[in-house]
Amino acid sequence: MADYEPWSVDRADAIIAARVREPGAMLPILHDLQAVFGFIPTEAVPLVAHALNVTRAEVHGVVSFYHEYRRHKPGRHILRLCRAEACQALGCEAVADHVRSRLNIGWHETTSDGAVTLEPVFCLGLCAIGPAALLDGRPLARLDPARFETALDSVS
Amino acid sequence: MSASQTTIFVPRDAAALALGADAVASALAPHATVVRTGSRGLFWLEPMIEVAAPSGRMAYGPVTATDIPALLAAGLLSGGAHRLRLGLPEQLPFLAQQTRLTFSRCGVIDPLSLDDYRAHGGFAGLERARAIGPAATIDTVLKSGLRGRGGAGFPAGIKWKTAADAAGARKYIVCNADEGDSGTYADRMLMEGDPFCLIEGMAIAGFAVAASKGYVYTRSEYPHAIAAFDAALGIARAAGWLGADFDIEQRVGAGAYVCGEETSLLESLEGRRGQVRAKPPLPAHKGLFGQPTVINNVITLASVPVILRDGAEAYQALGFGRSRGTMPIQLAGNIKYGGLFEAGFGLTLGQIVNDIGGGTRSGRPVRAVQVGGPLGAYFPPSLFDTPFDYEAFAAKDGLIGHGGVVVFDDTVDMAHQARFAMEFCSAESCGKCTPCRIGSVRGMETLDKIMRGIAVEANLELIRDLCHTMKFGSLCALGGFIPYPVMSALEHFPEDFRRARLAPAA
Repeated sequence: MADYEPWSVDRADAIIAARVREPGAMLPILHDLQAVFGFIPTEAVPLVAHALNVTRAEVHGVVSFYHEYRRHKPGRHILRLCRAEACQALGCEAVADHVRSRLNIGWHETTSDGAVTLEPVFCLGLCAIGPAALLDGRPLARLDPARFETALDSVS
Repeated sequence: MSASQTTIFVPRDAAALALGADAVASALAPHATVVRTGSRGLFWLEPMIEVAAPSGRMAYGPVTATDIPALLAAGLLSGGAHRLRLGLPEQLPFLAQQTRLTFSRCGVIDPLSLDDYRAHGGFAGLERARAIGPAATIDTVLKSGLRGRGGAGFPAGIKWKTAADAAGARKYIVCNADEGDSGTYADRMLMEGDPFCLIEGMAIAGFAVAASKGYVYTRSEYPHAIAAFDAALGIARAAGWLGADFDIEQRVGAGAYVCGEETSLLESLEGRRGQVRAKPPLPAHKGLFGQPTVINNVITLASVPVILRDGAEAYQALGFGRSRGTMPIQLAGNIKYGGLFEAGFGLTLGQIVNDIGGGTRSGRPVRAVQVGGPLGAYFPPSLFDTPFDYEAFAAKDGLIGHGGVVVFDDTVDMAHQARFAMEFCSAESCGKCTPCRIGSVRGMETLDKIMRGIAVEANLELIRDLCHTMKFGSLCALGGFIPYPVMSALEHFPEDFRRARLAPAA
């Protein structure tokens, strides 16, 4: 379960300052910001741009290019469900249909109580024991509706 | 803990964790000394535990925490008989048939124990390289015939020699651990199960080309591999294996498939969008931060220590045609015995899927096998005589890629799979070249029409033409190879494209 911090300019500046001297610091900085705040707040973009001496457009370009950077705060739990071919061969689309209807959300959405955010992922390297998922970073295998319910119960 | 306690090895590979290995380890902790290892790669038997019995390591699996009391009662600690007892792991047919070189330690040792690593032949390759010097090290890699295991199959020694001969203020070794192909997990298993092997391979590469810094670019979807490798880096640095002359840093990707393409990966490492660079210049001449760079896949680099240790000839003696040495084949998808099978090149696809993999998990007939990830062709059983070899697969309009073999049973809809390939390409295209960026979207729309039964023959002709343009006009393998799954589906499973699934649009 994630415990994200509220936005703070000072906190963001400290995160950026810790990495700014590293070569190619953009992705590490964005990862650290997302780890603390849960997403990349719009307010962080000019701070990163200034620190790395690039334009805001360039930072925005990077944030929007990579699927993993969120631009909205996620729920307390993040479920990343694999949709790649090896999991397709084991029926991941039917599991995904169940999950979406059970949580009443679509991909990249968060349940109305702020509990779970559902994200698609393309391969977790668990391709012999699919359908696979990561729930708050914990790997799940051979998912079916029953196993999904058990996993969901374990975090709620 | 008493000194007389029995040692039990319990994997902590992400796949074993997904199947309950942590609970098994906790249940065993009061009764034995639990050592966490990587996985042997027999995933249908995970969690597979091994008891250090007097007769050798006795394997049991698949074990759940609830099995532990009964196992203990059956004499688990001395290797007692039980329905879950498998025997000595090396004698299990799945392992006995393999030639484990790159993966010889995976699942055997404590991945974070330098003593274990050394005791199992670790660092002998690096020491050999230092003894024979950089030029002879490169020559050994050249003579071994080692080709890039990431998918392109380019001779590793030529990359190394080019970077070694290039002039630059600083040189880099970059390890591509952005293992994005569905059906592949060899990089993940190695980084979790034997991370020092990758460190040693990179150190040898650094020594050979006079690089001072290495980067490992690991995909964010692998949190356990990231943690294991970072821990191993810290241990190797503290013990003096990294530091003064050559150090390694791990960087984490952010969910872009295209960053597995080498120039896109370099852009990402430099802090930009992962957009493909035009070649030339080659990365070996002008790579990371404009400096000469060797960029190799995890398995390529992790195969180098054993090549140096045992010599080029021993490695070169294995294999088939121009594909020398061993390949970790990864059995995935709807397969009965899914797991990692390291063997010399040359097994036929049918041997891999049926004899080793045991057919489908569902028990239904195999209909299609996608080899080489999302950019690989779908092969029907009629092509099962194709040997696992770069050239043989290319001759059948396919590729072996990173060695993933994804099995589908007869419920698969191949038009749907072809559409997925185009959809995946449209989502993951870096956008730099038009055939890939626009072609994939148009391909998806056209396949939608075909699936609705709209002007099917004319639209199929359009798909063929589009695939031709993408294959020859794209800048990198993403747009260039996505025609493989699409065209192979069309070629081998034409009936799936000629039955309308959805009502025609009004």
